[in-house]
Amino acid sequence: MLFSRKVKLKILEANIGLVYLFLYMPIFAVVVFSFNSGEHISVWEGFTFGWYAKLFEDAALWRACRNSLMVAGVATVIATVIGTAAALAIERHRFRFRTVLVRVLYLPIIIPDIVLAIALLTFYVQVRIPLGLITVIIAHAVFNIAYVTIVVRARLQGYDHTLEEAARDLGANEWQTFWRITLPLIAPGIIGGALLAFTLSIDDFVITFFTAGVGYTTLSVHIYSLLKFGITPKINAISTMLLANSIVFILLFLWFQGGTSSSQKQDA
Amino acid sequence: MRRNYHLLILLFPVVFWLICFFLLPLVSVFIYSFIERGTYGGVVWNFTPENYQRLFDGLYLGILWRSVSTALVCTAICLLLGYPFAYYLARYKPKHRNVLLLLVVVPFWTNFLIRTYAWILILRTEGLLNSLLGAVIPNWSPLELLNTPLAVQIGLVYGYLPFMILPLYAALEQLDVSLLEAAQDLGASPRRAFWHVTVPLSLPGILAGSMLVFIPTVGAFLTPDLLGGGKVSYIGNVIERQFKTARDWPFGSALSFMLMGIVLVGTVLYFRALQQNEGQPDSPP
Repeated sequence: MLFSRKVKLKILEANIGLVYLFLYMPIFAVVVFSFNSGEHISVWEGFTFGWYAKLFEDAALWRACRNSLMVAGVATVIATVIGTAAALAIERHRFRFRTVLVRVLYLPIIIPDIVLAIALLTFYVQVRIPLGLITVIIAHAVFNIAYVTIVVRARLQGYDHTLEEAARDLGANEWQTFWRITLPLIAPGIIGGALLAFTLSIDDFVITFFTAGVGYTTLSVHIYSLLKFGITPKINAISTMLLANSIVFILLFLWFQGGTSSSQKQDA
Repeated sequence: MRRNYHLLILLFPVVFWLICFFLLPLVSVFIYSFIERGTYGGVVWNFTPENYQRLFDGLYLGILWRSVSTALVCTAICLLLGYPFAYYLARYKPKHRNVLLLLVVVPFWTNFLIRTYAWILILRTEGLLNSLLGAVIPNWSPLELLNTPLAVQIGLVYGYLPFMILPLYAALEQLDVSLLEAAQDLGASPRRAFWHVTVPLSLPGILAGSMLVFIPTVGAFLTPDLLGGGKVSYIGNVIERQFKTARDWPFGSALSFMLMGIVLVGTVLYFRALQQNEGQPDSPP
């Protein structure tokens, strides 16, 4: 044997430490330098909140934020409704082309972003849909439907059908059963899927970059142009704000998913 | 009948959306890949196979090879870093395990642009890495790390490592420890038990993780663009250039179609390998 058991364990532990360092050091650096008073993005000069104050005066940034929220909000609503319906159809019904539907449904997240972006761009131009925010919303809904369907299907799979049967035995019609039994039971899955869709939509750059019209800048596209045409320490402050936002969102997502597992335990 | 009616309502929106905004766009890019480029950046509606012939140009084959090999190296590095990591995590105290796993996911929920930008901060000539090394080593001459293939490779590993760790962890966590004990009781050394029991049983995780890393990295646009500084070309950047600056949409469409082809071949190979693995559950002792 090359190494003793003890040495092997040490190597494993060192690897754990290195991976966490690798994952967190860059983010940590961005957060620290967002409080740097110098004009330089990576040379420490002193502490300041100045860059954050500058963010509030930046009209272009806020316009981009508003566009991002609008795109993500509308795309999430569309994707959540369509994706939940699709998940119900796939899990509850047997029909022809079911396997084909499942495969095509997941294809938008299997093919590279840039291919989906180009396909939509050429399509919009060919059918003469002018590029704007609507074209971005449509594009985001395409990949978000897949994610919502995955999350809601997972919820539908681990779920107790006897409750619905009981409701029907007790005289509820199908509509009542759906609204009062099925929907509340799968709600954590739907909310989880919606939060995931919203985050991915806010995060998306490549698809937005190709499908947005000129002048319709979202937050990601705005950050990209800042990175390409003149990096200033303001970027660090924007990044830190976004990071804080992401953390709030993960906590929300986990909270709802946590609700999933505990309520399932109660069901059982 | 009523049931059919329900099904129709549930299916109509998703089928409509997928046909209109996914399948038709794919048809559209396919058509574009077979027409001619116009003089002023527009297109001329003449059928031509020329865009595909151009792909076999030495230049584009080289770029393609760079993209594929970079993605393969990225997958290999993620596997080397991720496997021991997931292995250790799967054997950790269950109470803290979920927290440790969550810590892997947190950076991955951060905006991808920002995670990539963070590496600019570190790798640039006046960046943190050079300052740190300069402070430790006297007479340090700063390394030019940004805008190199190495920077792109680091950025890609950073961006996609969690995609490797999560499926590996899922596979290793389910692993039945009694099988390992059985192997050792029957006289297998720990190393033999690892290679003949642990690795084959975690193969679905290895395959899934490799897929999840390979697919987005082979078509990556943002990481090479920001960390490679446009100095080294990858297929994603060449596609972007055809649409944004060179205005040669037909050629860009042909490139996109080929990229999709590579990814779909990879996906089919993945499912084939997965099926084969399920076909022979017990591996040789």
